[in-house]
Amino acid sequence: MPILSTTITEAPQGALSSLRTRFSGHGLTLSILLLCLVLSIPVLTIFYSVFSSSDGVWEHLANTVLSDYISQSALLMVGVGLSVLVLGIGPAWLVTMTKFPGSRILEWALVLPLAMPAYIIAYTYTGMLDVGGPLQSWIRDTFDVRYGDYWFPEIRSVGGAITMLSLVLYPYVYLLTRTAFIEQSVCVLEVSRTLGASPFKAFSRVAIPLARPAIIAGLSLVLMETLADYGTVQYFGVSAFTSGIFRTWFGLGSPTAAAQLAAVLMIFILLLVLAEHWSRAKARYHHTSNKYTRLPRIELRGWKRLGAMVYCYLPVLLGFLIPFVQLSLWAVETWDLLDRSSFLTLFGNSLKLASVTAGIALALALFITYSKRLRPGLILRSIVRVLSLGYAIPGTVIAVGVLIPFAWFDNTLDAWMRASFDVSTGLLFSGTLVAVVFAYLVRFLPVSMNTLDAGLGKIKPTMDDVGRSLGLRPLQILRRVHIPVMRGSLLTAALLVFVDVLKELPATLILRPFNFNTLAIRTYELANQERLAEASSTALMIVLAGIIPVIILSLTISKSRPGYESST
Amino acid sequence: MNPVLELNDVAVALEGNVIVHGISMQLQEGMIGCLLGPSGCGKTTLLRAIAGFEKALEGEIRIAGQAVSNQSSCLPVEKRQVGMVFQDYALFPHLSVKENIAFGLSGMSGAQKNKRVEELARMLKIHEYLHTYPHRLSGGQQQRVAVARAMAPKPRILLLDEPFASLDVELREEIAREIRQVLKQDGITAILVSHNQFEAFAMADEIGVMRAGELMQWSSPFDLYHQPSNPYVADFVGEGVFLHGTAVDAYRVETALGMLDDAQPHGYEQGTTVMVLIRPDDVIHDDNSSNTAKVIEKAFRGSQYLYTLELADGTRILSLVPSHHRHAQGEMIGIHIEMDHLVAFNLV
Repeated sequence: MPILSTTITEAPQGALSSLRTRFSGHGLTLSILLLCLVLSIPVLTIFYSVFSSSDGVWEHLANTVLSDYISQSALLMVGVGLSVLVLGIGPAWLVTMTKFPGSRILEWALVLPLAMPAYIIAYTYTGMLDVGGPLQSWIRDTFDVRYGDYWFPEIRSVGGAITMLSLVLYPYVYLLTRTAFIEQSVCVLEVSRTLGASPFKAFSRVAIPLARPAIIAGLSLVLMETLADYGTVQYFGVSAFTSGIFRTWFGLGSPTAAAQLAAVLMIFILLLVLAEHWSRAKARYHHTSNKYTRLPRIELRGWKRLGAMVYCYLPVLLGFLIPFVQLSLWAVETWDLLDRSSFLTLFGNSLKLASVTAGIALALALFITYSKRLRPGLILRSIVRVLSLGYAIPGTVIAVGVLIPFAWFDNTLDAWMRASFDVSTGLLFSGTLVAVVFAYLVRFLPVSMNTLDAGLGKIKPTMDDVGRSLGLRPLQILRRVHIPVMRGSLLTAALLVFVDVLKELPATLILRPFNFNTLAIRTYELANQERLAEASSTALMIVLAGIIPVIILSLTISKSRPGYESST
Repeated sequence: MNPVLELNDVAVALEGNVIVHGISMQLQEGMIGCLLGPSGCGKTTLLRAIAGFEKALEGEIRIAGQAVSNQSSCLPVEKRQVGMVFQDYALFPHLSVKENIAFGLSGMSGAQKNKRVEELARMLKIHEYLHTYPHRLSGGQQQRVAVARAMAPKPRILLLDEPFASLDVELREEIAREIRQVLKQDGITAILVSHNQFEAFAMADEIGVMRAGELMQWSSPFDLYHQPSNPYVADFVGEGVFLHGTAVDAYRVETALGMLDDAQPHGYEQGTTVMVLIRPDDVIHDDNSSNTAKVIEKAFRGSQYLYTLELADGTRILSLVPSHHRHAQGEMIGIHIEMDHLVAFNLV
């Protein structure tokens, strides 16, 4: 057998067709590699900054505030981390395994706080709980005391920030843990019961350990968001990393030191990314069985029922309903103060930015994920993985990483053009919407990419083969098979990016053109001018938009489990 | 008559590993062929190479006389005019049954398309579901839609990859026979891949047994069973045992069962020790026979028992016996041998 002894390098085929496939193959990979490189500019800039000099600012920071930034951020992480575990795991178990009045509604309602950006809930509660707010006024009127005569917790504090962040971030832990509980085989729980474990013991000794990877993954996401938060810590005057980066840049005027600070923050983020990846990889081995039966829900009675209801309703109430109602009341109250035309401009600006970004992100994501499908290989897989890290990078860090190279590029080009042609090009990228959209893409492209990747993954490869055997070329297959089948994923991908852009604050704040405002920026400005009630109409718009992805998420989850039927 | 499918010394490699090699076969127009073999023998890879999803490393593939793959060229799938039915059917979930079947029909008027779809739907008994969507169909119905979709553009050859593997065991042979009828009715040449010999027998006119990337034998089901060309095929197809024997002359072999003979010369020199294939249906239970064997085991198969018998010298053979003959284990029963062909191989 001669074939077996010769080494095989390449299948013989027509020279021309071989050239064509090879060229387009490399062209595809190259263009995606280039895209990946461009999108990595911010992170590369941040890491590069470590090697540049900040003219003593870094030393100054290290001697004075750096320890504050680290300790305050660490305190935030510990506080938020512990709170979200309590707020997330318990309700996830209760709504999955037990029945009590409203438990089916709570299944999705518990995710609602995700619609509430942390800075908005912080502004709302400040308005309610501050000295001049309704609660403290009521206390003073009722008990006839004056400010300072009674104890009342100060919301503008680390404790306040922990509370606010926990109330809106716990859904990450809730969602992932609940999915883990749903995917667990009921049998292992029943086996543990037959072995003499009480329901609570079955929960703590079987269900929780099996769900541990999911819990850790959820927790890592929460901590990433905690580190990324700027609006809340800035408003409450907490010296966390993000507020430090702002202060260093705009207060001390040192972009390099700000970037160096961002680099330190990135180390924390990187650890969290690793924790998340590790636990997700582990989660795969924790599927105990492929047999699913309907989950037996235990009907709760008496004080147990009451306890479960308080436990599960409270997060929704505090994290969504109360602030939502308060915002609505304010919006009605300040209706007459609202400047309709400027509101419409804000709305238009936000809409424009969000839809342009969503459109570009969708096109790029489709291009990348489709190439990965056509030419599965290590290079494209790794690129997709690198790109998906963008979501972990705080908006503040991305903004710093975008502004430095863009400003350098603009200045260099301008200087060169002036020297060579006596023409000033001015600012081409920095301070324009190009920079803003670029930063959004770095952060939110992963969102659309992951959605499309999952959508495409559900289309079996044989579907492509059928198309080809029936005489269709790859692009025709994309048009006639893939796009119609994954219409849902395409819509979801676009919507998720759209809403994320609408909510985004720090990157927009740093990169926006002068006098260009969005709903989020206006909310931030009004709140910082202590016009909290007036901030409500823009805030409410953002929250309402934020509800869309929550609905999508809930729908996806209830469909995810074979044999699991949601109440209809 | 020109063959519709012709393979000449074809080899296929996946990621540098040679999966199948030295494959040569022909399939005449209107015939149904089957690549039969255990999983991992390379039968699906060969089928995908015929379709054009994999490139042939060596050799030549001709479809209806046209070289679709050889040393100098390789025609892409979409230009080969082959139809393919996949194991998981891969129906398009966003299209109705009718739209699925019409998917590959191009360059036809609407009326012509409708006519072809109707025709196929009636043949495959799915015309009542034309406006239904695939997820509402049973497995068997989905399979018929997949077959109809592949047949619609009148491919030069229809390729079926484990088409019955996802169906209930009870349904497989019945559906295989039905599909065979439809293919014959439409005059389509087809080749299927299967690991199940009963499916292969029910569906195919010609069967190729594959083992570790090689085609062991390509012949009719009857010849495969009664005249296997090597011990592997003999063992893989049907049941049976090998008995040691010695060639007495050009026609006869002496075994523990006595003298066995054939009208054709067996081709071994006098005195050679050979292995003789004994099928269970060659061993007939006969109470009057002086030749006896001890019942060691018996397996009830409805109309018949499959007895495992031990001969005087300890050799074991199988025998199919009508089930009203009930004998206990350990009992001695009479047998005689009735075989049309003496199948003998060299000792391995």
